[in-house]
Amino acid sequence: MNKTLYDKLWDDHEVINFDNDESLIYIDRHFLHEVTSPQAFEGLKQKSLKPWRIKSNVATPDHNVPTVRGNKFDTASIEDEISKIQVIELEKNCSEFDIHFHDINSNKQGIVHVIGPENGYTLPGMSIVCGDSHTSTHGAFATLAMGIGTSEVEHVLATQCLRIKKLRNLGIKLIGLPDPSITSKDVILYIIRTLGTDIGNGHAIEFFGDYIKSISMEARMTICNMSIEAGAKVGLIAYDSVTEKYLEERMSISNKDLQNALDYWETLKSDDGASYDDLIEIDISNLKPQISWGTSPEMTTDFDSSVPIIDSADPKNVTYKKAIDYMGLQEGQPISSLSFDKVFIGSCTNSRIEDLRLVAGIVDGKKLSPNIKEALVVPGSGMVKLQAQSEGLDKIFENAGFQWRDPGCSMCLGMNPDRLSPEERCASTSNRNFEGRQGTRGRTHLVSPLLAAKIAIHGSVPN
Amino acid sequence: MNKNYQHVIEGISAEIAIDNIDTDQIIPTEYLKSIKKYGFGDFLFDGWRYKDEGNIQKDTSQREQNEDFILNIDPYKKSKILVVGKNFGCGSSREHAVWALRDFGIECIIAESFGDIFYNNCFKNGILPIQISQDKKNHVSEHIKENKNLRVDLTNQSIQLESSEIQFEIEESLKERIILGQDDIDITLGYANQIKQFESNRFVSKPWLK
Ligand code: SF4
Repeated sequence: MNKTLYDKLWDDHEVINFDNDESLIYIDRHFLHEVTSPQAFEGLKQKSLKPWRIKSNVATPDHNVPTVRGNKFDTASIEDEISKIQVIELEKNCSEFDIHFHDINSNKQGIVHVIGPENGYTLPGMSIVCGDSHTSTHGAFATLAMGIGTSEVEHVLATQCLRIKKLRNLGIKLIGLPDPSITSKDVILYIIRTLGTDIGNGHAIEFFGDYIKSISMEARMTICNMSIEAGAKVGLIAYDSVTEKYLEERMSISNKDLQNALDYWETLKSDDGASYDDLIEIDISNLKPQISWGTSPEMTTDFDSSVPIIDSADPKNVTYKKAIDYMGLQEGQPISSLSFDKVFIGSCTNSRIEDLRLVAGIVDGKKLSPNIKEALVVPGSGMVKLQAQSEGLDKIFENAGFQWRDPGCSMCLGMNPDRLSPEERCASTSNRNFEGRQGTRGRTHLVSPLLAAKIAIHGSVPN
Repeated sequence: MNKNYQHVIEGISAEIAIDNIDTDQIIPTEYLKSIKKYGFGDFLFDGWRYKDEGNIQKDTSQREQNEDFILNIDPYKKSKILVVGKNFGCGSSREHAVWALRDFGIECIIAESFGDIFYNNCFKNGILPIQISQDKKNHVSEHIKENKNLRVDLTNQSIQLESSEIQFEIEESLKERIILGQDDIDITLGYANQIKQFESNRFVSKPWLK
């Protein structure tokens, strides 16, 4: 039978196929962070269990960590008492169970979905889970990667398996090549805008087409990262020479095993003629930069258009109206008329070196617009930070008036000191524009790093 | 499964007729800082329920309530069943969203569709998520406008309205887990030998994963 990539990955990890259409799926890699793990460790201890395979786990704090840390920072210096407790709890649990841990000062600390690939913890063909929905990011490496809840974190710690049902296969074929100034963030926002945030429910999405082949691993990660915003737990891209090249200097596989690994990885693509439950083609050849206007990622439009005018017969009108009110907008208002207060460049969607280079290219030698009160650049990991500094990007950002921060989730979500104040309007390279996501009553517009950089300089969306 | 197991959820039902209610709405990130598994009920739908900004240390009884929000209104303060639109629980994997619903007293959620991770999380915490078509959901909405009460019979997979019944689909394995309240870890550890065997084969064929 001709299999899809998802079918192959599934079959390769299936320990038991129960007759009620659930399966026991073996987990190769488990990432942990401080927010969704404490209750899982607690449960483990209550049952007097130990992690099944300690070496599969890698942990680091990311959601709660302050991003202004300086040289002499340790966990005890976290000001917010409750954040501190979570980070300490993670440290304690990792030391108690001897779990591989990157502490707040390590160069390898960062957002789990950034540190996984860059340190070779993420390898093609693996099954990967984390108590975080953006685990879909790792699917860019042809892995079976998905977010899980805390009960499942405990289950994976205890049994090295998940008990789940196979998803359906959704193929999204991208037709055409957009202008080189269009980023993969624009592409994924456009896909979600076109297909809606529930298209992927119950599905694993595989992305393919000439465009996918043409882009870097960083860009592919951005697309798989936001599969979850399209409703899919799993986003996938086939293994190819781009994947191989990226891994070359990052993985540590003995010479003895390397050829076998490479041979296996070569098979990690859908067979010709593999059948998808659903197959959708999307033409991206004339794509323009995208920007979200509302409180769901599907509420997105072209940078040079307007907030929609609501048709009261449209079943979505209540949801739309609520979003327009929340965002402080008028129906039909041109996007170019919006004035921004803050700019956030970071998150597991767009905080890799390639993203930072893109931003630096735009802001080099320029200054922040006077109406921008704060503009943050938050590298996704310590490694990204060092790389950017070695290229002098930090100086470019600081000269333009940006703040150059330490790695973490930062303003992607309101859990650490980086937040929006009520009604502040922010251009953000993150993935969610939900009500209150970046701080109570904050207003988030999702954009690419390129457009965020332009907004920082102009104070609004330039034509 | 043994037909003698009865599982009925009956009580006040509230409708929030909005699509794509995400986990940040169900429980804002601020409250994820707790390392406990209980005590989230007061923060359910925090941004809609209160007018002021809250935090985990603030006493919710001192906060300014939004009197218009359905879960602040009698008798909906005691809702057991929630009726919502499509894609409920989309967004993050935070199980805190389910814990908040559970701690508030919600035992069943009726929606046109759910976010996948949220749907799974419900079963781990004894909450029954029911997915039905838009048409069927409209019937339920009509019914609760008049009656406020709803009766859901999981054993027979039906929602009972005045003069009719609405059937719903649910996977047998998940149904069983709610009814029997089984612990997944215990069940899986029953297969420990198969897992060990699988693991050792895997490390022979793919030693780089060790
Ligand atoms: S950067 Fe944002 S989306 Fe990514 S893991 Fe952190 S909080 Fe989640």
